[in-house]
Formats: sequence, structure tokens, C-alpha cells
Amino acid sequence: MSDLLATLSNTGIAKQLGLPTVPTLRRHRLGDPLLAGPVLVASVGESRFAKAVTAFVEEQGVPALTAVGEDRLHGVVVDLSGARTLADLAAAQQILTPAVKRLGPSGRVLLIGAEPAEASGAEAAAVAQSLDGLVRSIGKELRFGATANLLVVTSDVTPAAIDSSVRFFLSARSAYVDGQVAHVAAPVGNPREPAEVDDPRAEEQPLAGRVAVVTGAARGIGAAIADTLARDGATIVAVDIPAAGEGLARTANRTGGTALQLDITASDAADRLLSHLADRHDGVDIVVHNAGITRDKLLANMTSDRWDSVLGVNLGAQLTINEALLAKGSPLHEAGRVVCVSSQSGIAGNRGQTNYAASKAGVIGMVRALAPRFAERGATINAVAPGFIETDMTATMPLATREGGRRINSLKQGGLPVDVAEAIGWFGRAESGGLNGQVVRVCGQSMLGA
Amino acid sequence: MPASTRRAAVIGGNRIPFARANGAYASASNLDMLTTTLDGLVARFGLAGERLGEVVAGAVLKHSRDFNLTREAVLGSRLNPATAAYDVQQACGTGLEATIAVANKIALGQIESGVAGGVDTASDAPIALNDDLRRVLVKLNAARTAVDRLKLVGQLRPGQIVPDIPENSEPRTGLSMGEHAARTALEWGIGRTEQDELTARSHHNLAAAYDRGFFDDLVTPYLKLTRDNNLRADSSVEKLAKLKPVFGKGPDATMTAGNSTPLTDGAALVLLGSDEWAAEHKLPVLAHVVDAETSAVDYVHGPDGLLTAPVFAVPRMLERNGLSLQDFDLYEIHEAFASVVLVQRKAWEDPRFCKERLGLDAPLGAVDDAKLNVAGSSLAAGHPFAATGGRIVATLAKLLREKADTEKKDQRGLISICAAGGQGVVAILEAKKA
Repeated sequence: MSDLLATLSNTGIAKQLGLPTVPTLRRHRLGDPLLAGPVLVASVGESRFAKAVTAFVEEQGVPALTAVGEDRLHGVVVDLSGARTLADLAAAQQILTPAVKRLGPSGRVLLIGAEPAEASGAEAAAVAQSLDGLVRSIGKELRFGATANLLVVTSDVTPAAIDSSVRFFLSARSAYVDGQVAHVAAPVGNPREPAEVDDPRAEEQPLAGRVAVVTGAARGIGAAIADTLARDGATIVAVDIPAAGEGLARTANRTGGTALQLDITASDAADRLLSHLADRHDGVDIVVHNAGITRDKLLANMTSDRWDSVLGVNLGAQLTINEALLAKGSPLHEAGRVVCVSSQSGIAGNRGQTNYAASKAGVIGMVRALAPRFAERGATINAVAPGFIETDMTATMPLATREGGRRINSLKQGGLPVDVAEAIGWFGRAESGGLNGQVVRVCGQSMLGA
Repeated sequence: MPASTRRAAVIGGNRIPFARANGAYASASNLDMLTTTLDGLVARFGLAGERLGEVVAGAVLKHSRDFNLTREAVLGSRLNPATAAYDVQQACGTGLEATIAVANKIALGQIESGVAGGVDTASDAPIALNDDLRRVLVKLNAARTAVDRLKLVGQLRPGQIVPDIPENSEPRTGLSMGEHAARTALEWGIGRTEQDELTARSHHNLAAAYDRGFFDDLVTPYLKLTRDNNLRADSSVEKLAKLKPVFGKGPDATMTAGNSTPLTDGAALVLLGSDEWAAEHKLPVLAHVVDAETSAVDYVHGPDGLLTAPVFAVPRMLERNGLSLQDFDLYEIHEAFASVVLVQRKAWEDPRFCKERLGLDAPLGAVDDAKLNVAGSSLAAGHPFAATGGRIVATLAKLLREKADTEKKDQRGLISICAAGGQGVVAILEAKKA
């Protein structure tokens, strides 16, 4: 179902009718520059990251500004990792206020803050925590598809460790990620240095040489994940139930990957998947647990088979496969990245979705519990929680529900499957070892569960 | 020419679920089905953009526009368009004959990889122009003057509109395959119950194989079909006994719609390669093609039944390989009709037949029921003529690999396929223990 309001906005009719306008989000395409214009790079207190961010911006061929001028800004990065006092916070406001006025369409505000838990003293902790409220409010104020996000870093994080996150949040890859807080710690395993920027292949294909398994890849978000990871250079192993084999074959052939028809809830599924990865691909770098089903019913009318099938596919299978990935001799490579697809329903709950929401909240619990165990072998596990994403499933929703879902977020529209895929690609990079146990929403800063 | 040959490896296969004619695939053409099946194979083995040695396939019921069917399927698929292809046709032996053709080129070192199989639709069957009408139209096309054309138009008659519809019958006898098989069954005294038992077992074996996920990497769904729609998991001798005979006449008629294969649409392909090619592509070797033999009988004037040629091919192949009929761990005997399988087994057990017709000192002996068509065969899956060979080769290769892995010893399998025109194609596959 196409978004009528977005169409009216594009043609200018919405404005004439006095309707709210829906911005067109800039999205990344192969070969596009990461940054569309100048980026203001500033810091308050001791500057740990401004130099590296400046170098990155300039290497993208756009100016890194130290002060707001007449130009439209593509982005604003403020390093507040050294902010300790209310005076520092006030200084941040003085930087941000003129900057947001100059921010262009699909502009980016990225704050870098200290980990409140590490702060010495109440004021420093308060200031670190204040960024959370600050960035979420900026996200709600920005217009024309601009977003605001926060990277919270521990004291031992180097500029290299946040490089992949800076690239993600400043580029069009994060089109529908808004008002989010991601925590970066010292990378697990052997830290991967960011790619040399003069290596065009590394910039355009950050996942080159990596093998990625995507479950539920026959259609919808799973197919978009396969397409996006393949665009970024990964070799795709597309997995779906045997009955979905026709679409799965299309995904595999479109991405130049392979199709594996497998019911992930079968008792030998983990075994079959892992031996396939070992035999056919010499192991795996990225595992995307995307397969999921809904069997909606009010709790009062819930049957055990509806409950069991949803929990089995959405959570049970992920638990089993993750244990197998953690086992000795598993084909998961060092710098392995497991990315689980949770859901806004798992955070906010949803009427008629007790089973689904329980499974998706369970995924978040699983990710947090397994993060230290994956870290032991140099790997990470994270989750993305999509909000309202335009798919075949949302197209069949009742009109009012669909319209509600689309509008109650800061970007005033539903996201696209590729938006979820881009966030997974960010977690999937070898350089993203500083992100572990994170749950990032891809929801356009939805008000549900926020 | 190379100094030595090597055995071609069966790497895997792909087929679409088989569909009873005029059903799920009623509007799919041979080209649609073959291209989709090829793309499913490409997806399973990650061959997008790959140039293979060659693709060999065929169809029995073929439109004139499908003269280059397999090459057209390659061009429509995700394979590298520089992959050569050709068509073969040997009735129901087509798929296995194609496999032998590709395996032999691999054995000789002429190619490193190839795909073999076939497709058939009994739904989208070619209906030809009536010969009378066709002759007039050919002349009309060649006529040079308006007067000549007018004269020819004057020759057109309403009766010429009646088309030539392909029949499932032998041109030299006018009898259908079923009628031929019924004669042979009667001759060999094949009873109704044993045919129905074999049929029920085929359905049960196929259903069990699906249920244990055996076909997860052999079948790709197509047009919403996920399993062969002829499959009746709840088939039983009692239910089959209720069916009326459709072939043969009178009280001796035993062949029903249950213990005969239905007209079926479908396609099946096998991926073959050298061991080196498989290793380079990190692909598994399920089994190797050891040997093959074709045979034919004079069913028109001679004493043999239309579908009995494999009876003669198997002993010739066994002798060449120094094997007995019992030296096999698994048997795949194509179930064109239940009676065909039973006649073959009975002939090999018959001392007089083996001595007089096969020239053997002793009968070949029995085929163990427990080793025969253990994942079901054509009675349950259906029989799209040219697709059957590819289905059987891939199924047997995977069965042998499973057994070789679990029992930790080499496994050998026999394939026997009867074909129209009084022909037979047989082959031996072997899986080495890991």
C-alpha cells in the first residue's frame, strides 16, 4: 500500500491542502557519497574524537566546519565525551542552537557522550545522562527527514572504535534511525582498524569477504537484508522454510548467493545450518536472525499452538542456533557478528500480540545475556528493533491502524525494509566490535514504547 | 584424448514438485518449468553467473517452438549465458540418458561440470495441425501468385480443423503404454494385490521422506505447490483395492489408476562435475556415476513386452562390472506401472527366462523389498516423462550418501528406467564412505 500522504507531499499538494507534509528521506545507494554537504565538528571539554571525525569528513570530500556559517549543514557532530559540568552542557547548547537552524534535509545530528556509569561525581553523571533527553528532544524537533542520535562511549574507546558508527549515523544508511542511543565500549577480540578511506572498495563494500547468513530471506525484510548485505560485499547464504523455496531461490540468485531451505525450528536445524556453513563456506562472519512469524490473537483467545509456534520460530530457534554458534568448533569466525531482529512490539507491547511481543522482548533479553559470551570469542551479538516498516504485512493492516503507525514518529512515515537492513549491516562490520549487547530501534523515533 | 578416465560426481539436484496434469501447472510451459528448475539449482549451489560445461535436458511432449528448449532455459536462467546446451529425447529414459551424456563428457575430461535432466508437461501439450490442413498451408506459404493462393484456399475443408492431439500410444501398435503393460503383467501372472502393495509402499515411502526433510535440498516449491500433489500419504492396499481396472480387459485386468502413474507435469535436474570442480566450488560429492547401459526390445514382432527392456540391460551392465544383482545397497526401479517393477523382478528370478533369454547359467535372483525405492518413486511422485530420470538420480545419490555417512562404508545403487519404444536405460551409482 503506497503512502498517499507522502505522494501528496512530493507533489506539493499536501501543503496546499494544509495537510502535514511527509519528508522524502535520503537513502544510501551504491556509489553515493556518504556525506551530502559540510559537517560542523565541535567539542566541549577534552576533545577525544573531533580530530578523527574531522579527518573522516574531509576525506569524504566535504568541508568540516568549526563554526556555523551561511552554508547549509549536512551534519553536526558534537564530542561531549569530556563534558562534566552544567557549564559544559550550556556550551553544547550554544553550539547546537545555531547549528540546527542551518541543518539541511535528511541532516544528521550526532552527539558523542560519556558513559554515565563511569562518571566521577553526581554532576558529571547528570551531564552525561542529560544528553539522552537532549538528543531525543532534538530528534522530535528536527524536520525534513533530519535525525539526531547519541553515541555513549566508555573512557577506553578510541576514535577507531566509533568509526563505523560515525559512518552509519552521518550517512543516509541511518535514514530511519532517529532518537537512538548506542553504547560503544572497547572492541571485543582483535580490534579491526577502520578501512583506509582511499580504498574505494572498502568504502563502498564494507562487508567484502564476509559470509552472511540471513534467515527468513525469501521475502520482505529478510530479502532486503540479503540485498543490502550483498550490495555491501557480503556473500549471502539465504535461509527460509522449504515451503518458501521459490522466493528464496530468487533472493539467492539476485544476490549471487546460495539458498538453504531449512525449517529453523527442526530439531536438527542448528546442526544442518552450521555444517552447511562449515562445508560450503569455510565458516560464517555474520548471522542475521530475521525469520519471524505472527499468529495474532487476544490473550483471552490465545491457543497453545499459536503461542508455541511464534515463540518457537521467533525466539526458540535463535536460542538454539546461538548456543551452537558459541559451542567449541563452531564455524563462527572471529569478528563474528550475530544480529537479531527484535521488534517495537517487544518494547512497547501490542494489542493482540502477546505471543509476538513476548518473543521479541525475549530476543532483547537473550542478546544482553549472550553479549559477554560472544565477546569471549571475539564476536558480538546485537539487536535491531524495527518499528512501522512498509511490508506486505503492513499493507494488509486496516487503514486507520496503518495510518496511525506511519505518522506517530518523528519522521512522519513508515520505514522501508532497507532501513532495517542498513542497521544490520552496521552491526555486521568487522570494525563494529565496540557494539555488543545493543538494541537499536529502526523506528523513525516512534512514540510507541519510547 | 586423456590417457585415463575419471568418474563423474553427482553433486546434487533440484526439481519442482510434480503436479498431476491440468492442475497446479496447467498454464506453465516446458520452458517455464525447466528455467525455474535450473534457477533453483543455481540458487542451491550458488552458481549465479557461472559458466558450466554444458546443460543437457529434454522433453518428450514438445512444441515445435521448443526446438532449442534447453538452450533457451539456460538463456532465461541465472547461469552464465556462455553455458552451452542441447536437447535429448529418449522417451522416459530422457533424464537418465542426459545424465549419462554429461557424466561421460566429465569422465573423458571434456568438461568439468554440467547439468542434466528433463521436463514434461502433459497439460500444455503440443496440439498439431491436422496433416491435410498443414499441407495446404505449407503450399499456401510457398505459392507465388494470387491465383495459386486462391486455388489453395479453395482446398480448405471444415474437417481439416480437427487437430492432431498427441496420444500416449505406441505408433507401431496403436496401443497405449498401459495396455502394453497390462499384456505383459498378464503374461507374467502379476497379481492385483502385489501391485497395490507396491503402490501403497511408494506413497508411504515418499511421504516419510518428505516428513523427515529429505527433500529440503532436492525440491524447490513452484506455483504454490510444495509437495508432489499425486502423493497420498494415507494410501492403503484396502483403498487401492476399490479402484476399477483401467488397462486390460475382463476378470484378469489388474491395472488401475492407482497402480499406474498419472499424466504429470514437472521438471528435474542434476548437477554433475569432476571431484576437482566440486572441491573448488566447496560442493559435496554425493555419489559417482559408475556405469550405464541402454537396451531395446522388439516389442512389435518379438516376444518381449514394451516396457521390459531394462530386464536385458541390467545383466549386461552387471557382467561388465563383475557384479551380482545382490551387490547393491539400494535399487531405484522406475514405477511407470507397479506391474513393470514386478515383471522386472520376476524375470530376474525366473531360471528359465534367465537361461533362455538372458543367456545366464543361474537366475539373477531377488531384489530386496527393503532396498527398493526407499524414498518413494513414480507411483507416488508422478511421472513427467523426461523429468523422472533426474528425480531418480538425485534421490538415489543423496540416499547413498546418507547411508555411506551413517554406515561408514561404500554404498552402491542401481537405477532401472523403462521407456517407450521398447527401450531401457540403467545405471550404477556409488557413494564412497567419508
